[in-house]
Amino acid sequence: MSVIIKGARPYGEDAADLLLTDGRITAIGDRLSSPGADVVDATGLVALPGLVDLHTHLREPGREDAETVETGSRAAALGGFTAVHAMANTDPVADTAGVVEQVWRLGQEAGLVDVVPVGAVTVGLRGERLAELGAMADSAARVRVFSDDGHCVADPALMRRALEYVKAFDGVVAQHAEEPRLTVGAQMNEGERSARLGLGGWPAAAEEAVIARDVLLAGHVGARLHVCHVSTAGSVDILRWAKSRGVQVTAEVTPHHLLLTDECAETYDPVFKVNPPLRTEADVQALREGLADGTIDAVGTDHAPHAVEDKESEWAAARPGMLGLEQALSVVLETMVEPGLLDWRGVADRMSVRPAAIGRLGAHGRPLAVGEPANLLLLDPTHRAAVDPAALASRSRNSPYAGRELPGRVVATFLRGTATVLDGKATR
Amino acid sequence: MRKHLLEAGDLDRADATLVLDTAAQIEAALAGREVKKLPTLRGRTVVNLFFEDSTRTRISFELAAKRLSADVINFSAKGSSVSKGESLKDTALTLEAMGSDAIVVRHPASGAPHRLAQWVKGSVVNAGDGTHEHPTQALLDAYTIRQRLGRLDGVRVVLVGDVLHSRVARSNVWLLHTLGAEVTVVAPPTLLPVGVGSWPVTVGYDLDAALPKADVVMMLRVQAERMNASFFPSAREYSRRYGLDARRMAALPDDAIVMHPGPMNRGMEIAAEVADSVRSTIVDQVGNGVTVRMAVLYLLLGGSPS
Repeated sequence: MSVIIKGARPYGEDAADLLLTDGRITAIGDRLSSPGADVVDATGLVALPGLVDLHTHLREPGREDAETVETGSRAAALGGFTAVHAMANTDPVADTAGVVEQVWRLGQEAGLVDVVPVGAVTVGLRGERLAELGAMADSAARVRVFSDDGHCVADPALMRRALEYVKAFDGVVAQHAEEPRLTVGAQMNEGERSARLGLGGWPAAAEEAVIARDVLLAGHVGARLHVCHVSTAGSVDILRWAKSRGVQVTAEVTPHHLLLTDECAETYDPVFKVNPPLRTEADVQALREGLADGTIDAVGTDHAPHAVEDKESEWAAARPGMLGLEQALSVVLETMVEPGLLDWRGVADRMSVRPAAIGRLGAHGRPLAVGEPANLLLLDPTHRAAVDPAALASRSRNSPYAGRELPGRVVATFLRGTATVLDGKATR
Repeated sequence: MRKHLLEAGDLDRADATLVLDTAAQIEAALAGREVKKLPTLRGRTVVNLFFEDSTRTRISFELAAKRLSADVINFSAKGSSVSKGESLKDTALTLEAMGSDAIVVRHPASGAPHRLAQWVKGSVVNAGDGTHEHPTQALLDAYTIRQRLGRLDGVRVVLVGDVLHSRVARSNVWLLHTLGAEVTVVAPPTLLPVGVGSWPVTVGYDLDAALPKADVVMMLRVQAERMNASFFPSAREYSRRYGLDARRMAALPDDAIVMHPGPMNRGMEIAAEVADSVRSTIVDQVGNGVTVRMAVLYLLLGGSPS
């Protein structure tokens, strides 16, 4: 089975044809032909390696009314992703080999992206004792990323043990950095706007204090640490310092933290409620710079679907989180590419190469080159349209970008040579 | 006038002055009357939707609506469908389907009235939302100051106490600033919000330093539960540093007044002899509350003048 992609611009550079055969890129050149191959006209489209998300909430098992592995996979494919890491805060929690294998199998059955389960660090995300990390690593799901996301592994001794323990199977702990005692009742970023709105403040220091502690611990025990959804300028500074000291730390930033600020809270519309919260303009600028210079390694969507009733309420009663998979690349275009902070190779690095490396996914994040797995996307960067939540593939509608015009449209996505998206529509 | 009263912070000087002037007219119209009732809102329905216990605010709104001849329904969240898990939206739509023209809402979540205003067609009046605002309290406070001192422009107001958690403080800061008063907030630093520096106020930690320059001292209620969260070491220490007792009251200029939104913790933020002194406007505030809320309902519901 073969596909010829005609006239695409790999990494936005010179146009070329790409021949995909049996799941691999088998030729790149001018005027390629192959008898019987499907032809995809990609004139003017940018070709990039398939995107990899380190941070997706697929909600299955437990909240299939908000998202399923299948609907989330479809949203991911439409966003140009070929692999997503499914967070562990499901019901039941993904803290055993049985649950991670179930999620992995559901992903295989959906067949739209590679669903890579994340294992919980602690039993039930309770932060009390380690889950069976080795069993999850050895399972069919081959878990390498462990996270209590939604909760911080707040106990420093437990965090140290987790960092050490996963070294045995080249794992990494992805920390949701939030000192819980400093965020009791927190509803939004603590600052001028929370003071006025009367919403409980979530201080930047609650994130930065945990990151500072954890990079010291990771350095001390020689372990890998990944920091989820970095949201403050101070966090970027700490990461930059830690990397300069040789600590094996990586970090991600969400699309929404690259674009939106706490000004959104002034509407009291909980579609803008998220954890960590939207921060200030100065934080947004620092995050963009951190992503540009590589201090922040990756974009992680923190795609967090929520049912209507969990968002159509007063702010304090609403659940935190927002959709991200389908608009992630568009937001990166808007915030990083168009302002000149990142070129297309930079986008590929931050959204595919590095997240794949952090998750130890050998078949993703590979270059667009002959012999490599045919995981790629085709993007129309000139397209601009307002986001319509009703048109999203996700089962939920909590997009913070509703009505906002964003650039870029994923026209096609290929997973191991097979189109999961064509003409901007999912193929299954 | 606008359709909703959600916060004092978005009232401009003309809006706020209109409320105060209307309240003065209502007060004059009712003065000396045997039947203290106007027919302006006859046939209109006002719902008091209270998700928190607040007998005094509810009664004040109820009386205001009744004196304008409106029908009043009191909907308390306790013992209702809300306790069975009904959402704020469903509750509001249900009340509106029954024909309410205005919803007066008290809710523990900041911004709840703003959400409500997006869901219902009628008017929404914020009767206190979380730690955000309590706009009619600020309006009645401004009315009381104007009544006692004859003006608001240039009046020096000192707000004392738990500014961090106080919706009364927020509403008063914005409204009094809009009306030309000079506002100072005095509190232990733990009870001031991070970001208070952006407010149009002077911030201080020393009550004794602020009192000699005050035309108005407004004491805020301190909730007992704050003590357990290390906002201050003890009630005794709070009272010593930030309580208004007779000795401190003596430091005030001669015609300065003392206000409190109630309910008071006598002996904590305010001493009994201060609360009961001639400087105290606390009882006036309660009476003015009804008049000012009448003005708000009248202006929002656009009743024809009697």
